[in-house]
Amino acid sequence: MEHHLVLRVIAKFIIPMILLFAFYVQFHGDYGPGGGFQAGVIFAAGFILHALIFGLDHTRKVLPPVVLRVTGALGLLLYLGTGLAGILLGGNYLDYNVFAADPISGQHLGILLIEMGVGITVASVMLSLFYIFAQP
Amino acid sequence: METLINIILLTFLAIIAIAITRIRHLLVTVVLTGMFSLLSASLLVSMDAVDVAFTEAAVGAGISTLLFLSVLALTSTEELAGNRKFSSIAFILVSITGAILIYGTLDIPKFGDPSAPVHHHIAERFIYESPDEIGVPNMVTSVLASYRGYDTLGETTVILTAGIGVLLLLGRGKQDKETD
Repeated sequence: MEHHLVLRVIAKFIIPMILLFAFYVQFHGDYGPGGGFQAGVIFAAGFILHALIFGLDHTRKVLPPVVLRVTGALGLLLYLGTGLAGILLGGNYLDYNVFAADPISGQHLGILLIEMGVGITVASVMLSLFYIFAQP
Repeated sequence: METLINIILLTFLAIIAIAITRIRHLLVTVVLTGMFSLLSASLLVSMDAVDVAFTEAAVGAGISTLLFLSVLALTSTEELAGNRKFSSIAFILVSITGAILIYGTLDIPKFGDPSAPVHHHIAERFIYESPDEIGVPNMVTSVLASYRGYDTLGETTVILTAGIGVLLLLGRGKQDKETD
């Protein structure tokens, strides 16, 4: 798709918006529909569009597959670590009440952290899958 | 009005499902699968399950269709002509199973029935207590991330494990040589 000028220009406009929307879905999941799963998929979709328009090699330079393998594991580790932090702070596993003096702020912080872990893992795994299937 | 929309959506779903089983061209089948997901998402929106609809639209209609298309780029887009002749044993077996399933739905409470058991088990507690305990306006998030944190942890683990499995099966060779 090297010489499709219209597609390239439109994609340059749309990709940042897709990524921004992914962050909106990620961090607005407490207030509206959305959350880590959907945000991760939308984030991956932005990069897949980039790969379709500008070529897989360019996208692999922006986000190398090795990085995705690390971030995929890191997302789950963030989730597991949030659970362990609950134990270390004197609560149960995945008990967010102990994260702050006020249980509600603790719950908000815990939900934010684990949703972030879910989002990072989902985005990394989806992009890794796409990289493998899109290999020429 | 809502019933009419539901009937139309379900009719389309049935038509698309039949078309998917009949059509040999895999590219068309993949596009129809995406449409099936999108229509299911619309159906979920009309049932006020916007979170599930969002996931269905993003995962089912979006990424899955794309991954199927990239797989088709690696293989052929035409299904091999297999044995397609009518089998009466299979037809009887499928009809009996279908009849049993329909018989099973007769006992299910009506959609939106307030006296259904599912609304009286633990859902009541979530609905009344979560604004005080979690304080998150979207109750789906508070159930998914806090009350049911273990389930979501399991789901995330499943996604990572599935990704690792595909990487192990297909990701060796060319990709490793290029990146390492």
